[in-house]
Amino acid sequence: MIPLSWYLILSAALFSIGLFGVLARRNAIAILLGVELMLNAVNVNLAAFWRYGDINQMAGQVFAIIVFAVAAAEVAVGLALVISVYRRRNTIIADEIDMLKW
Amino acid sequence: MTTETLIWLIPLPPLLAFFLIVLFTNKSKVLSHTLAVGAAFLSWLGSMYVFVQALGVHELGKEPFTSSWPWIPTGETWLSIGILIDPLSAATLFFVAWTVLMIFLYSVGYHNYGQPAGDHDIAGLPPHGATVEEHGHKHTVPSIEPMYSRFFAFIGLFAFGMYTLVVSDNLLTLFVGWEIMGLCSYLLIGFWYGKPSARDAAVKAFMTTRVGDVFMLLGIVYLYSATGTLSFREIFTEEILHTLAIVPAGILGLSAAGLIGLLLFIGTVGKSAQFPLHVWLPDAMEGPTPVSAMIHAATMVSAGVYMVIRMFPLISAGWTEGMPLNPTMSVIAFIGAFTALFAATIAVAQNDIKRVLAYSTISQLGYMIAALGIGAYVAAAFHLITHAFFKALLFLGSGSVIHGMEHGVLHTGEHVDAQNMFNMGGLRKKMPITFWTFLIGGFALSGFPIITAGFWSKDEILADAFGNGHMAVFITLALAAFLTAFYTMRQITLTFLGEPRTKSAEHAQETKWTMTTPLVILAIFAIGYGWVGIPEHFPFLGPFSSNWFHEFVGSTLAEVPKAIEFKWEPLVTSLVVALGGLYFGWLAYRKVKTPAQDKLQIPVLKNKWYFDEIYDFLFVKPAYWFAETFTYKWIDSGVIDGFLHAIGRATGGIGHALRNYIDMPVINQFIGDGTAHVTQWFGRNLRPIQPGRIQQYMMLALVVFMIVGGLLFYFLLA
Repeated sequence: MIPLSWYLILSAALFSIGLFGVLARRNAIAILLGVELMLNAVNVNLAAFWRYGDINQMAGQVFAIIVFAVAAAEVAVGLALVISVYRRRNTIIADEIDMLKW
Repeated sequence: MTTETLIWLIPLPPLLAFFLIVLFTNKSKVLSHTLAVGAAFLSWLGSMYVFVQALGVHELGKEPFTSSWPWIPTGETWLSIGILIDPLSAATLFFVAWTVLMIFLYSVGYHNYGQPAGDHDIAGLPPHGATVEEHGHKHTVPSIEPMYSRFFAFIGLFAFGMYTLVVSDNLLTLFVGWEIMGLCSYLLIGFWYGKPSARDAAVKAFMTTRVGDVFMLLGIVYLYSATGTLSFREIFTEEILHTLAIVPAGILGLSAAGLIGLLLFIGTVGKSAQFPLHVWLPDAMEGPTPVSAMIHAATMVSAGVYMVIRMFPLISAGWTEGMPLNPTMSVIAFIGAFTALFAATIAVAQNDIKRVLAYSTISQLGYMIAALGIGAYVAAAFHLITHAFFKALLFLGSGSVIHGMEHGVLHTGEHVDAQNMFNMGGLRKKMPITFWTFLIGGFALSGFPIITAGFWSKDEILADAFGNGHMAVFITLALAAFLTAFYTMRQITLTFLGEPRTKSAEHAQETKWTMTTPLVILAIFAIGYGWVGIPEHFPFLGPFSSNWFHEFVGSTLAEVPKAIEFKWEPLVTSLVVALGGLYFGWLAYRKVKTPAQDKLQIPVLKNKWYFDEIYDFLFVKPAYWFAETFTYKWIDSGVIDGFLHAIGRATGGIGHALRNYIDMPVINQFIGDGTAHVTQWFGRNLRPIQPGRIQQYMMLALVVFMIVGGLLFYFLLA
């Protein structure tokens, strides 16, 4: 088997790329993509620790599936928010959506 | 009711009348005058009863009616109030009661009771006439005085003061009555307060008599401190009088009695308008004529003489008849004689009918005081009483004349001074009762022989002066008597004889019975009262008279003074000056029609020897300067207000400094605005932390997370 650390490095890289996307992309949907990427990185991490830890425990797999579900729901809500904001502000560029001020 | 109780009650009716009028009946003229005249009548009734009782007592001087009550506690002793009716006060009570009643009655007519209210009459100014329409045409008639009730209230208070003074048995009550009369004099002289001359005259009278009153109070205080009592009967005992006469007072070599006598006499100088405090009396003629009659002829100025007659035993302590006069008596005699002549010289140049009488009063009071100064006790008292009657008569007569003239003035619409004798003339035909009574009064004043009272009293004074060898006094008084007769006849000639000189005089009219009845009654006294004092050795008439007055009043003193023995010289002098003065007066003035023809209108005399101007320069202007400049401008406005203003300015400066140097820069700007600026600066600079852009929030969160994580990792875990 390949060493665990390779999977962890993969998930860390994916997470960082996702984080970079969230922090640096202009488009709100692209930010959501970044969030998805971070969530998937977390899933890889979870799966790796399941396979290289206690295989008989179901908790790792179940956790990953829950994360999927939550991610899906959250993206749905996120997209709904983006559409709503677009209807209000006519833009999806994150820099221009600065209503969270006061 | 005993006589003593009745004597206590005599002063009360006029006082009650005063209070009732002031409190209740001010609006009703009828009620006010009824109260006042009724009160005067009650007091008169009481006085007459007491007088008759007093006549019946055998030795009234030794056993007078007396009663006293302790009043004010002063440490261990008490000051008392009390009454005393001895012969002197009985005789005084008699004339006071009569004159007061007559004047009260006269006032009803004088203030035109029964006449309509005037057209333009204002309270505070003399009434000016009302237009009435009768028989189709209008003419002006005298109008009723707007302040009618007020007048009666004041004269009621005044009568109370005088009665109190007369019945009192000690100097304190006498002084109380004295001051009440001073107050009423002020109120009544300034009765027509709308006239500035009346206001000034009232103040002048009060101020001048006050000067005298201060000295009198000093005398009373000294007497009290020397003897411990103010009651006449207690002071006039041998031991006390003797002690006071011996003890030196320390000033001017006078004995205690001499100094006290002098101080008390100064009170009389003020009250009885003797030189040098005579200046108020002529100006006091600004008041209505009943006031002039009552206050300035019959009662108030007589009070001054009454007091000094009462204090005669003190003044003459150590002196007996035949000795040279002690210093106080010399001063008194000098001032009296001097004033008598001085005032008579001024009276010959006066044109106002009342002013002549005013100076005449001053002169006659001088007679009484001179008489007292030379020791002629009975003569002074005698002249006091006869003078009260005929002077009241003359003043009331002059008021009647003025009323008659005013009637003429209103009728013709002429604007002449109704009081100027040169506007009169021929009034004997228009006002007969006034004329005859005035003539009797004038003759009494001049000392017309035998039939007038003035002759007997004046003659007695001259006889006393001559008989005791006081030649200077005798000659001065004789000269004054000549001038008296002269100016009296001048007055009568100008006013009544000859022909009317103005239209108003032609239309003059006799006055009502309320005014002429008192004139007639007083005229009877002016004739008759003299006969009670005819000396025993007088040729022809003497043996018929017991000289009751001398025995009666003389018994007030410890020993009845000896009646002066009869000498021809004073009698002849008296006849010559009286008849001569009357004759020359008539001769000189029967042809005079205008002041220009009057040779005696010498400026010095007309201007009263310029005493008013001298006093103005010496006393009035310095007093004004002291009040207006020194006290008001320099001290009050300058020092005291300056001090206050300086405090104000200092406080203002401190406030200003606090505001500008502490409040504004420090508190407002540094602390107040500064805090705001700092807060704003912080806010402005912290604002970017919350731009509202999510990505920036997340970046910040990441950075902080890494820092905190790193710190935690390195410090806690490794």
